[in-house]
Amino acid sequence: MAGINASAAPATVSPGLSIRGLRLEIRNGKSIKTILKGIDVEVPAGRITGLAGESGSGKTMTAMAVCGLLPDGSVTSGDAIFEGQNLLDLSPRRMNALRGRKISMIFQDPTASLHPMISIGGQLTDHMRHHMKYGKAEAHHRAVELLTMVEVPRPEEALRKFPHQFSGGQLQRIAIAIALACNPSVLLADEPTTALDVTVQAGVLRLLRRLCDDLGIAILLVTHDLGVMSALADTIAVMRNGEVVETGNRFQVITSPKHPYTKALIDALPTHEAIMVDDDDE
Amino acid sequence: MTNETPAGDGAEEILAVNDITVTYRRPGRSLLTAVDGVSLSLRRSEVLGLVGESGCGKSTTARAVCGLEPLTSGSVLFNGEPVSPLSMKRRPKHLLGIQMVFQNPYASLNPRRRIGSQIEDGLGLNRQRDAWNVNELLEKVGLHPSDRDKYPHQFSGGQRQRIAIARAIGTGPDLLIGDEPIASLDASLQQRVAALMRDLAIQAGSGLLFISHDLAIVRTIADRVAVMNRGIIEEEGPVDTVWRHPTSAYARRLLAAIPVADGLGKLPGLPTRRQN
Ligand SMILES: Nc1ncnc2c1ncn2[C@@H]1O[C@H](COP(=O)(O)OP(=O)(O)OP(=O)(O)O)[C@@H](O)[C@H]1O
Ligand SMILES: Nc1ncnc2c1ncn2[C@@H]1O[C@H](COP(=O)(O)OP(=O)(O)OP(=O)(O)O)[C@@H](O)[C@H]1O
Ligand SMILES: [Mg+2]
Ligand SMILES: [Mg+2]
Repeated sequence: MAGINASAAPATVSPGLSIRGLRLEIRNGKSIKTILKGIDVEVPAGRITGLAGESGSGKTMTAMAVCGLLPDGSVTSGDAIFEGQNLLDLSPRRMNALRGRKISMIFQDPTASLHPMISIGGQLTDHMRHHMKYGKAEAHHRAVELLTMVEVPRPEEALRKFPHQFSGGQLQRIAIAIALACNPSVLLADEPTTALDVTVQAGVLRLLRRLCDDLGIAILLVTHDLGVMSALADTIAVMRNGEVVETGNRFQVITSPKHPYTKALIDALPTHEAIMVDDDDE
Repeated sequence: MTNETPAGDGAEEILAVNDITVTYRRPGRSLLTAVDGVSLSLRRSEVLGLVGESGCGKSTTARAVCGLEPLTSGSVLFNGEPVSPLSMKRRPKHLLGIQMVFQNPYASLNPRRRIGSQIEDGLGLNRQRDAWNVNELLEKVGLHPSDRDKYPHQFSGGQRQRIAIARAIGTGPDLLIGDEPIASLDASLQQRVAALMRDLAIQAGSGLLFISHDLAIVRTIADRVAVMNRGIIEEEGPVDTVWRHPTSAYARRLLAAIPVADGLGKLPGLPTRRQN
């Protein structure tokens, strides 16, 4: 992977994100469904905060609430503080200006951040020219650099292709590149490596670690994969049924989980004792 | 649940993929050979895992098996009859026995219809009419019967994946193809849904082609595994043999890069050997 473009680093250490008492209800006709029941998660700058939890527990909705992309009928309360302002109170216009720029999201469904009829190059460069005021050549150069960073094969050619011409894992890496394009201070990464095999995943995990260590980005990492969590997260919050049931540092949560759900998650992990790669394998 | 032609003669091949090649046009005039002479076979009551690096051609192979991708050369036989590239809507009747769960669960579900009626449509294809009902299928994949009246966008990513699987299983397919069908589920749900898919193959005498980039999951579900790299099958064999004594360089790298949940914050190896 290519190095991170240090000249593009933000001048000051980026601020983190602080989620407090986040509640979310979705109204659909007469029915009201409570999705989040008061979430507290600190996502400090220069740290990777893991968000684990059962399918349907509210991980994606937590991230969507922070970046203002909730479905119709949603009502939120609580705080999501970034640079001294509550993101939940921002007008859609102000939120749009922040999203994709200072706060960006890698969506669980990689196609969600991609327009099907516009080439990858078009999408990446439009985005940067709009938010970063890059010139055409500069944007192209940066686009190639980003695709190289996430190990998309043949970057120059990839820029001329359309989303349907890529594999699932390639699209996921392109979505990561788009999320990183404008040097965000806060990155919400929702299952960013589910479509990647472990060899490619290892590269992406390293990239996220470097972004965090070198540029001080605050990363919220949503993943169901405790192996990934263990490799990357500094602290871990575990959600269940719209609530955070356990928070702690990585080692503590993984080696001595307190909540029964966390224990069950860890017990369900496939054992790796049988991995026997011969030692002469270099 | 036994089929009219149960497994047992040991030789009944449900799927034969013979030396297929699929090419795509690249920007400019050159071609990309995404699948380069792949042969696979699958019998009734058998689970074949297909693993390999991102972009190696797994989904392309799966689409070719369903007749969704024109072949440059080679052939695909399903129950002895050729699968020809046709759109899903105009499928000849004998091909309805192939069901695919796509890598992107949106692609397997109609966004405008309630999930209960989509699963019901699937049940309508099942030759054994009372094999399943909607509520039972939803419960099997860890959802609630009351979820049947909702639309796909009202579900989380992992819930949607499970709905697509429930629908496919409900049709009682002869051949089920799952393209990374459980990639976004946690370990306990993965085991549960993988077991359900495997049961379908074993009990109903279907064949299951299970595509995954995760060898650890494939190991729990498959009988045999094929390891694909850059469009070709590099290694194939019983799943435990490949897990314990991988011969291809790629399979070795795959094993070495599995992150271990030990809480130590170690980044998994780019090197070839497991670190710990
Ligand atoms: N538009 C919607 N209307 C009503 N309920 C919804 C809607 N979208 C999601 N939900 C519900 O909100 C809950 C939380 O969903 P969310 O997508 O946050 O889960 P998740 O933790 O990300 O799960 P997964 O790991 O499966 O992606 C789920 O029970 C889901 O069914
Ligand atoms: N419609 C298309 N046009 C051009 N190239 C394509 C098209 N579809 C796929 N490709 C290319 O073919 C190769 C194989 O893609 P495929 O989707 O089969 O990979 P895969 O093994 O499923 O990968 P992943 O694990 O990332 O989903 C990739 O390099 C991809 O970029
Ligand atoms: Mg989610
Ligand atoms: Mg694929």
